[in-house]
Amino acid sequence: MTVRIQAEDFDINAEIAALRAGNARVGAVASFIGVVRDLNDGDSVSRMTLEHYPGMTEKSIEAIITQARGRWRVLDALVIHRVGELNPTDQIVLVVVTSEHRGDAFAACEFIMDYLKTQAPFWKKEQTAGGARWVDARVTDDVAAERWRLKG
Amino acid sequence: MTITILYFARLKEALGKSSEQIDLPAGTETVGAVGALLAVRDGVWAHEFAPGRAVRAAVNQDLANLDTSVKDGDEVAFFPPVTGG
Repeated sequence: MTVRIQAEDFDINAEIAALRAGNARVGAVASFIGVVRDLNDGDSVSRMTLEHYPGMTEKSIEAIITQARGRWRVLDALVIHRVGELNPTDQIVLVVVTSEHRGDAFAACEFIMDYLKTQAPFWKKEQTAGGARWVDARVTDDVAAERWRLKG
Repeated sequence: MTITILYFARLKEALGKSSEQIDLPAGTETVGAVGALLAVRDGVWAHEFAPGRAVRAAVNQDLANLDTSVKDGDEVAFFPPVTGG
């Protein structure tokens, strides 16, 4: 598995190619890209700053991937999360899972993303016309993570 | 016993610091007890560590709860609910 926290943008084609390079067992690649929107809670967002807890962030995402590997047949997984200053339309997070079959790849990718939203220590601060504000956690994210407890 | 405390995001800004080392009085052995110690500082601390405030904690970079034990040399972090992704 690979977990990277970085300020730089990422190239999804290069990342997927590297993740599955030379592995002929891979039959499915599922990916998710999160993107910065220009609207949140009804206000237009001009810029965003992402803070994280170095060390714990990597550790928590690795633990989430390990959990996913315990539940589905995952060949490999990659998570890249950007930090620092980001603008609307920028890519912010990438999750890629390779597996033999699509069911495992889809499920593990969604699971990793749902758990990342509620457990990995990142915090967003938005710049809006009304000033800077820290984004509040969403109850819907807790619900999304919680539903995995009911499955399998 | 001495611990390092880290603060992140809204808490770091509100409290005006990102880290500190503190000597814990005897009997302060859990995350909840450390939080209670911080809550009796001046106004902004009382506000941020008031019961019911959305504060999360980690001990040595693992998510913790109020009952998680704290020992000498630990790194204890306090932060708001996470909002990444």
